[in-house]
Order: sequence, then structure tokens, then C-alpha cells
Amino acid sequence: MTAETVIGAVGRQAEFRTCQYTGLKVDTAAQTLIKANAVAAVVFLAIGGLMGLLVALTRWPAVHLLPADWFYLILTGHGANVLLFWIIFFEIAVLYFASAVLLNCRLATPKLAWLGFVLMVVGALMTNVTVLQGDSSVMFTSYPPMQAKPNFYLGIVLFAVGALIGCIIFFATLVIAKEEGTYEGSIPLVTFGALTAAIIAVFTIATGAIILIPTWLWSLGLISDIDPLMYKVVWWAMGHSSQQINVSAHVSLWYLIGALLVGAKPLSEKVSRTAFLMYILFLQLASAHHLLAEPGLDASWKIVNTSYMMYLAVMGSMIHGLTVPGSIEAAQRRNGFNRGVFEWLRKAPWGNPAFSGMFLSLIFFGFIGGISGVVLGTEQLNVLMHNTIYVPGHFHGTVVAGTTLAFMAATYLVLPLIFQREIVWPKLAKIQPYLFGIGAAGISLFMMGAGTLGVARRHWDITFSDANLSFAYSAGAFLMMGLNGIFAVIAAIGGIIFVLVVVGTVLFGEKIESGHKLTFPLHSGGGAVASHYGSEGTVKLPGTIILVGIFFVCFVLYYFINWKYLSELWLFR
Amino acid sequence: MAATPPEQRIWWNEPIERVELIWIFIAFLWGLFMFGFMIAWHFIGQQNLSKEAYRIAPTAYEQKVENFAKQFQVREEQGIPVVKPKPGADVYLLARLWQWWPILELEKGQSYRIHLSSIDWQHGFSLQPTNINIQVHPGYEHVISLTPTESGAFGIVCNEFCGIGHHTMTGKIYVTDKKQAAADQRLAEQR
Ligand SMILES: [Cu+2]
Repeated sequence: MTAETVIGAVGRQAEFRTCQYTGLKVDTAAQTLIKANAVAAVVFLAIGGLMGLLVALTRWPAVHLLPADWFYLILTGHGANVLLFWIIFFEIAVLYFASAVLLNCRLATPKLAWLGFVLMVVGALMTNVTVLQGDSSVMFTSYPPMQAKPNFYLGIVLFAVGALIGCIIFFATLVIAKEEGTYEGSIPLVTFGALTAAIIAVFTIATGAIILIPTWLWSLGLISDIDPLMYKVVWWAMGHSSQQINVSAHVSLWYLIGALLVGAKPLSEKVSRTAFLMYILFLQLASAHHLLAEPGLDASWKIVNTSYMMYLAVMGSMIHGLTVPGSIEAAQRRNGFNRGVFEWLRKAPWGNPAFSGMFLSLIFFGFIGGISGVVLGTEQLNVLMHNTIYVPGHFHGTVVAGTTLAFMAATYLVLPLIFQREIVWPKLAKIQPYLFGIGAAGISLFMMGAGTLGVARRHWDITFSDANLSFAYSAGAFLMMGLNGIFAVIAAIGGIIFVLVVVGTVLFGEKIESGHKLTFPLHSGGGAVASHYGSEGTVKLPGTIILVGIFFVCFVLYYFINWKYLSELWLFR
Repeated sequence: MAATPPEQRIWWNEPIERVELIWIFIAFLWGLFMFGFMIAWHFIGQQNLSKEAYRIAPTAYEQKVENFAKQFQVREEQGIPVVKPKPGADVYLLARLWQWWPILELEKGQSYRIHLSSIDWQHGFSLQPTNINIQVHPGYEHVISLTPTESGAFGIVCNEFCGIGHHTMTGKIYVTDKKQAAADQRLAEQR
């Protein structure tokens, strides 16, 4: 390992090493920060994931593990830990990687970055402690007039301030890289995707501050009243866009993993980048998608916000849904797997957990998370599934089978490239994305199924045994909830293996000293091989065309099936 | 590679693949269609959520519901009045920790103006097994014209988390079909 000291034209001295696999210059301060954020992310994934398993085991009617008060407490903790803390710590690591490392640049103000990190850790711990103390089981959405203890909100606010600092450092690093000329031409596509994520993050955090700071003051008794509808409108401007940070981040990682493992190059930079831009321009509006069953909001407001603009953002995702597998097919055909329609896919590195995780994330995000999101976000169809367990079914398709799986896949690259450790227990690592991915896809689908049959979300007892007026869901609903429990166990096994492999690798993985072949190899010279592929007229992507064709047919069929369900309901207007 | 700067400095001059162009076109048209279909459903569909809503103080709403229940009560069940309003009438349903109040008895094929509000926290009106789900807010009175299309006993489940007794928060709607033939005809006309 050669660490060279470079004195920057301005600012601090930065220490760099050269990555022996990618040739990139790595700022060691950035590297340490990436490690810290990634480790914190995995810690909160472990906590939040365990809570998720407890939730699923309680909702499995035959098991019904936790008592009611504990169930609501753990469900609140589950949401905060996985949806906020795991994902955003990891995203900060992605931002530092996509700026400092990919641009061969020093990270702007590492000291401030550490302050941000400490704020995030303190905030996350404060919220966790407050939730575990009880009296703050208000769920992730924390709708007033239901009230949590002040530290619940304060913890989230501190965490968000820390994350905001991370975003600012990312922007500053881009500026430094441009000024110091550490790269030529435009920023890479992956950095571009990270940039969209960071821009959306700033908007998200600003709206979060607008709503959570008054709510915190209200919990302290300094403000007398928070209007519940106003709260929801503003809260969802944060709540929904925060999920678009994830989408931008994990789509960036799809491109990154495609590039590093098979040498994939975007079919055309223009299309892929425009698709990212659509996220910035249109995704924010999609937050109305959570307000379709509210009183007092106009139908035209709902249609414009959730639909027209949102479909342009959906179009962004549909474009990535073509260009990501398309770029992989193009690269694989260049790599020599050119026989038939699907040899490129069959001979893809399925044994490499970074690839299998990435590709499963792509499929599940599109087919489960994407399609269900559009259906759920349709003005009238929403009445069928608002606040049923279909909603968590949908977002487990996006955030677990999509984002979390993609982040796990990326971790298999972070470990050798940033931690410089050889991955321990490669056989376990190989099966991990399959277990976790299939488990996550299963829970998403079965929750969607149960929601279609009416099962409420955030509900301790679907038998209503303590209720004054009895009611029973159909046997099908019970079956779905049982299957949900079984697949949650499968996903949890995948999650536990992930944590074990990461912790084992960080602590005991063989230190990578010289440029030996990795257990899970990167594509050798992939960039060069694929660099001339992709200009107009040369691309033949029959496999990808068939895949997106299947996707489109599923999308259209499922959309109309739900209109059919809707047309059979009681009449209302 | 996606991880390195694009080869061409001016990447926006790069040609677009034909397959990409076709897919973008299809995705755009599909988006337009879905947009149009939501508007169209307001004309061709029978299920559109009402936007009629009023601000109301929770105590005032509670009073309205009590008056309504007193006026039309026909019997009692588990200590809760069963209320049978006239077809076409204003019907008041109240959500509170942890109850839907009162129990309603409606007629199949008849339209009712159902008022929904909460007097404490947010709740979720979830009519089962007919899967109709509507958010219920304190301070907002939401009015929905509802026409039952099937008879029987239906459950109302709360599907917005509202505290430790959330899972005990149920209600009931009975739908009778005394005027079966007339109701079927009216439904057929409305469809
Ligand atoms: Cu309730």
C-alpha cells in the first residue's frame, strides 16, 4: 500500500492511497468516514431488522409473539431504525464515495463531516432510547394529535441536521474537484445520480425541519396545537421525498455495480442522466400519493400531484429499468456472451453477491415496488388499500427488496475496496442476497395480498378477540399473514448472514495487501472493453427488450385488475 | 463506465439508442393514459371519493351524532344504539378511542350522505369485507354519498394507528334488502 501525501492548492493536506483494483485515488480521511458511516448503518440495520422480525412474528397469526404495547413500541422503533438510520447512514457513505473517491478528490472539511456523523449517531440513539422508554409509540409517521416525548422528535431533528451536513460536504467536494481539476469533462453517471439524491435530500430535510421542529415545540408545550391535516401535507413532503433519495442512491449503485462487475456502460449518457433529472423535477409532488384518502383535499389537486407529474418520475424509473439491464446486456455481449437471447444473463456473475443482489434489487424494485406504487398512488384505486397492510407491502418492495438489497450488494464492493478486507465466508456471502431478496419479495407480495383482502396495517390482532363488536377477516387473509411471517423469517436469516459477514470481514477479514485476485472479482478492464459499445445502431438488446416487455404487460394487467376490484365496491362519491 | 466521466465531454450530444427512444415513448404514453384514466373515472366510474368536507369542532360533531342517534335509534346492541336512518338522509358516524359509534342499519341500493369525523385522534374508516378505506380526522367533517350494493353485516375496522386499544376499535353496518327488487333496479340504473 503506497500512501502518498499530497498538498492541496488550498485547504488541508490530504493523504491519498491508490486503489489497486480501480486505480482511483482514495483520500484516507474520506475512507475513514465512509467506514464509520457504513458501520453505523449496519448497526442500525441489525437493530431495526431484529425489530422487524419481532413485528412479523407478532403479525403471524399462529405465533402472535409480542403483547400489544410491545408490538406498537417495536413497530415504531423498526420504522425509525431501518427507514431512517440504516438507509441514511449508508447514503452518506455513498455520497462520500461518489464525490471524493470517484472524482479522485480530497473530501471537503472532514472535521465537519465528523461533526455531522456524531450528530447523526446522537440523534439516532436519542430517538431509540425514547422509543424504548415507552410513551412514544407513535409510529414512523407520528401523526398528531397523538404525541411522543420531546426527545423522539429532537433525536430525529438532530439526525437530520447531521445528514444535512453530510450533503453539504458532498456538494463542497464536487466544487473542490471541479476547481482542482481532479477529473476531466463531466462527472461520472454514478456521481450524477448521487448528486440528484443529495439535492432531493436537502429539500427533504428542509421540509422535515418545517414540520418536525414545530411538532417538537408542541410536545414541549410551547405550541398549543398542530393541525393534523396540515401536518400530514408537510410531513409527507419529507416522508415521500426521503424515499426518492433512496431511489436515486440505489439506482446509482446499480450503475456502479454494473460498471465494476461486468464493465457496463450506460447505453447513452443523455438518457440515463435525464432520467435522474426527472426525479428532481417531479418526484417531490408524489408525496400527495399518501393523502388520497384525506378529507378536504381537492380531486384535481390529488390528480395533478400524484399523477401527471408523478408519472414523469415513474417514467424516469422505467427508463432506468431499461438502461440498467440494457447496459449489462450490451457489456456482456461484448464480453463474449453473445449466443442466443439470454446467454448474457445466464452467464452473468450470479455467484458474486454484489451482482446477484443488484440484479434482484432491480427486478423486485421494478415488478413489486414500482408497479404497486403506481397503483397505490392512483387517485381512486387508493381507496382499496389506503392504510391496509398493502401499503407496507408496497414500500417493503421499494425500500427492502429494492434499496436495502442494493445497499447490501454494494457493501460487497465496499468491503474489499474501502475496508481493504477479503470477504470472509464467501459461501455464505454467495447465498445471502438470494435469501434476503426472496424473503423481502415474499413479505412484500404477501402483505400486498393481505391488504387487498382488507387487513389493516399497524394492527396487533386481526382476530379482534378483545373487540366489543366482533369481526373476522377471510381465511385467505390469515393465510397471507402466515406466509408473510415465513418469508420474514427467510429475510431475517439473510439479514443475519449479512451482518455476520460484514462484521466478520471488518474484524477478521484477510487484509488485502497486494493486487491479488479477489474472491468476488471485479471486471478486469471492463471500462475499456465496453467503452466503444453503445453508440447508435450497434446495440442489439433482445434480452432486455423481452424483460421490459414482460414488465410492461404485468404493469398494465395489474393496473386494470385493480380498477376491476374498485368497480365492484359500493358506490360512493 | 458509469463510474468514470463520460468519454464525450459533451454527453448531451450523444445519439440516443433507438430502443431507448421507443421505450421512452411507450412509458410516456402509458403515463398520459393513466393520468387521463383518473379524470375519466370521475365521469364513467361510480367510485370517486367526495371532496365535500367542513371544519368542525369535535364537541360540535359529537353533539350532531348524538342527536342523530337519538332521532333514528331502533334498538341497542352491546350498549351501542343501532340507528336506522331514512334513505337519502344525513348519517353521522363518529370515531373515537376506541369505537365507531353508532351502529348503522342501511338499505341496499339506497344512497346515504355519510358524515365521518373523529373527536380525538386520527382514525381510519375501513369497511370490511367491502374494502373501502378512508382517513378520518378530528376537526374535519367529511361527507360521502354512499350506496350499499350488497346486503349483510359489515365490519368497520380502524386502520389508522390510534394507541394501545387500536386493535379493539371496530364498528358495524347492517345492510338490509327489504325492497330487493326496487333496489336492484335502482342499482342497475346507476351502474
Ligand atoms: Cu382508531
